[in-house]
Amino acid sequence: MTKAELVERVANQINLTKKQTEVVVNTVFSSITESLAEGKKVELRGFGSFRIRQRNARVGRNPKSGQKVEVPSKKVPFFKAGKELRELVDKHEKAQEVES
Amino acid sequence: MTKQDIINQVSSRASLSRAKAEEAVETVIELIKESLGHGEPVILRRFGTFQVRAKTKRIGRNPKTGEEAEISARKVVRFKSGKFFKQVVDEGKA
Repeated sequence: MTKAELVERVANQINLTKKQTEVVVNTVFSSITESLAEGKKVELRGFGSFRIRQRNARVGRNPKSGQKVEVPSKKVPFFKAGKELRELVDKHEKAQEVES
Repeated sequence: MTKQDIINQVSSRASLSRAKAEEAVETVIELIKESLGHGEPVILRRFGTFQVRAKTKRIGRNPKTGEEAEISARKVVRFKSGKFFKQVVDEGKA
């Protein structure tokens, strides 16, 4: 599902124009991005949480030349699925196994 | 930040009542869950991609007791953040 498809599905389901829905969808993800940029985690019940993970500096290697390069420490976004989402995704798999 | 904060943002930026903004945000989350529930990835440009990945069974260890236990095969959600998301988080600004 792409963002355009998500916008369309949301618009159909709750009777908003596509334009309004696009603002809604963009705002949801920009809010999460902005919050993490400020160093604040985001917790969405039933879905999961977005946090920042610190990656330490390390010595990497250029895969082509084999030369050593210093990779500086950095912060990366990290998503952890909530219990409800974890169970939903896994349950589907189990149900299919039973069917086949 | 919680869902309430996001609902407030949506309400003001999209000029929607709080009730409508709440319905909209809940629907966005529900539809993403539904898609992942069917094993279908959700691809959001700039933000990132949610994907369902199959994990094979493996032997794990209880970190407290040190006991070995089999971890069954399962499906898990994986999020790969987009370039833009990574950039603003590392630079500390949006």
